[in-house]
Amino acid sequence: MKANIDKKVWDTQKTRRLTKLNAAKDKGLEKLVPSDRTIELLETVLAPEDKVCIEGNNQKQADFLSECLSQCNNEVLNDLHILQSVLALPSHIDIFEKGIASKVDFSFSGPQALRLAKLVQQQKIQIGSIHTYLELYGRYFIDLIPNVCLITAHAADAEGNLYTGPNTEDTPAIVEATAFKSGIVIAQVNELVDSVPRVDIPADWVDFFIVAPKPNYIEPLFTRDPAQITEVQILMAMMVIKGIYAPYQIKRLNHGIGFNTAAIELLLPTYGAELNLKGKICTNWALNPHPTMIPAIESGFVDSIHSFGSEVGMNEYIQSRPDVFFTGKDGSMRSNRAFSQTAGLYACDLFIGATLQIDLQGNSSTATVDRIAGFGGAPNMGSDPHGRRHSSYAYLKAGKEATDGRVVKGRKLVVQMVETYREHMDSVFVEELDAWQLQEKMGSDFPPIMIYGDDVTHIVTEEGIANLLLCRTPEEREQAIRGVAGYTPIGMQRDHEKVKELRQRGIIQRPEDIGVDASKATRDLLAAKSVKDLVKWSNGTYSPPSRFRNW
Amino acid sequence: MNVLNFDFISQPIENIRKEVICGVVGSGNLEVLVTPLANSENSKFIIDTSVTGFDHIWEAVLQDFSSRYAVGGLEFKVNDMGATPAVVSLRLSQAINILEDESHG
Repeated sequence: MKANIDKKVWDTQKTRRLTKLNAAKDKGLEKLVPSDRTIELLETVLAPEDKVCIEGNNQKQADFLSECLSQCNNEVLNDLHILQSVLALPSHIDIFEKGIASKVDFSFSGPQALRLAKLVQQQKIQIGSIHTYLELYGRYFIDLIPNVCLITAHAADAEGNLYTGPNTEDTPAIVEATAFKSGIVIAQVNELVDSVPRVDIPADWVDFFIVAPKPNYIEPLFTRDPAQITEVQILMAMMVIKGIYAPYQIKRLNHGIGFNTAAIELLLPTYGAELNLKGKICTNWALNPHPTMIPAIESGFVDSIHSFGSEVGMNEYIQSRPDVFFTGKDGSMRSNRAFSQTAGLYACDLFIGATLQIDLQGNSSTATVDRIAGFGGAPNMGSDPHGRRHSSYAYLKAGKEATDGRVVKGRKLVVQMVETYREHMDSVFVEELDAWQLQEKMGSDFPPIMIYGDDVTHIVTEEGIANLLLCRTPEEREQAIRGVAGYTPIGMQRDHEKVKELRQRGIIQRPEDIGVDASKATRDLLAAKSVKDLVKWSNGTYSPPSRFRNW
Repeated sequence: MNVLNFDFISQPIENIRKEVICGVVGSGNLEVLVTPLANSENSKFIIDTSVTGFDHIWEAVLQDFSSRYAVGGLEFKVNDMGATPAVVSLRLSQAINILEDESHG
């Protein structure tokens, strides 16, 4: 027996790592790799069937490394299993088309959704699961541990200490999982410096780094031009502030992206102040540095913002407001997607977002037929976490509403804010989500539903607010949803008597029921009406990307 | 262009002599011109729209509007550029608000 135990080998992963590193050394590849030898490096330290994590979310991309991977020889590298938050770049899909990788686990594929759907149909790609961000990060430490990760950083020193700057985002979660389980960490950096302003990733955790020919790509994802905010969005924003934020005293929250929530942000200094809500709502946020938050911050509405990532053009403004944002001694922000997602899941009382489809149970999805887009963080933000144990006024009130008073736990508020019709007169409210058809196409166990109906507490449309917490039966819930579905087929089929009763019970609230005057919903109410106005509010410290400059 | 006509019974509006214009002609938007009618029992709508196939939705939106507000004795001429029902309802209520402000002012 003893002899058998002695034979057991416990360091195969370390040995494999060392073999790969020695092979690189034999080829004269040192820690700082010249950019023109990147493909050679990848072909040396990656092996078929490796799990490879490519850093890339909906903002920051390890674009150079991904491009190099897509140019590798598929006779040397094949059947890779790619792990990454977002399939955003053409090269991410090229890797599969060229047969270098065959399987993917990811969260979101917005820009590549159509090509991805095509690959699935051609059976050139196997999708493990479409995850939430936190779920994917979690699996990096359990059963999707990367053998190699390809990351990106703003700067490196000669030793390989990395500075990730304001867009730290996914880097810590990826590197931690890889470096501490005998994986290999490869970084592309924008520049080599004598000394990094702060060490975000210690040199000791980095195996190779490359100064990329071009700085990494960052998408200005959270820049919303106030000029594009419509009066219907302003009306809905007024309803949210007066009908949800005020009565629940929502202080800790997360906003999804889009013009609906940008309208709320821009109404805080005007409509919010008029309602005397300063200091009473929207003080603490898990939120990217949305430029549309500048007027609310400048007006003293906001105490703190922890961010998933940064936003192009916001660095100088963020540096000048360290009381609000999380910044390092160097002055710049350090965002962290994993921590901010955790904050959004557990520490916020409300998430508000939008969606493409909602069914009669309140299930919602942004995945529609022929587009496998995924969800990013929304399912984590937009769910009621059963692990939560701390209370707040909003959490307790929502819990009481859900149970007629007696509570063992509260409820997080999860709000869907949608216009009943999207562009081309597509109804947001549907009998059946496209997700069910997608499930068949993908051959997956579940339909790709973004936010489950039982997590949704309120639906806001131009017609009013439906409070689903107060519904006691599935039938009531269905009529509450029909009752705010406007002139869509779903809305037109409402039971008028039942809807009238729900309105009397406060389950459905029309603008006039909460004292919101629809005719006051004009653009005059916005604290900033253009990107130029936002720059003025920031005293010139916000410098918007050129595509948003029209003056 | 597709022209739709609707007539609804509505509470008569008081003392309106003026004409009002509200909204803009632009994609996804619409313009409403309101003029007084001789007959004060009915509201009249003439919809000039670039979109076809939504007559029943127009009817439902305008029917609701005519029962919600006292708009008897008014004619609404709408130049529509593919506005959603949400925008239509909002513009119509804004037009009424402007009318009422002007009648008091």
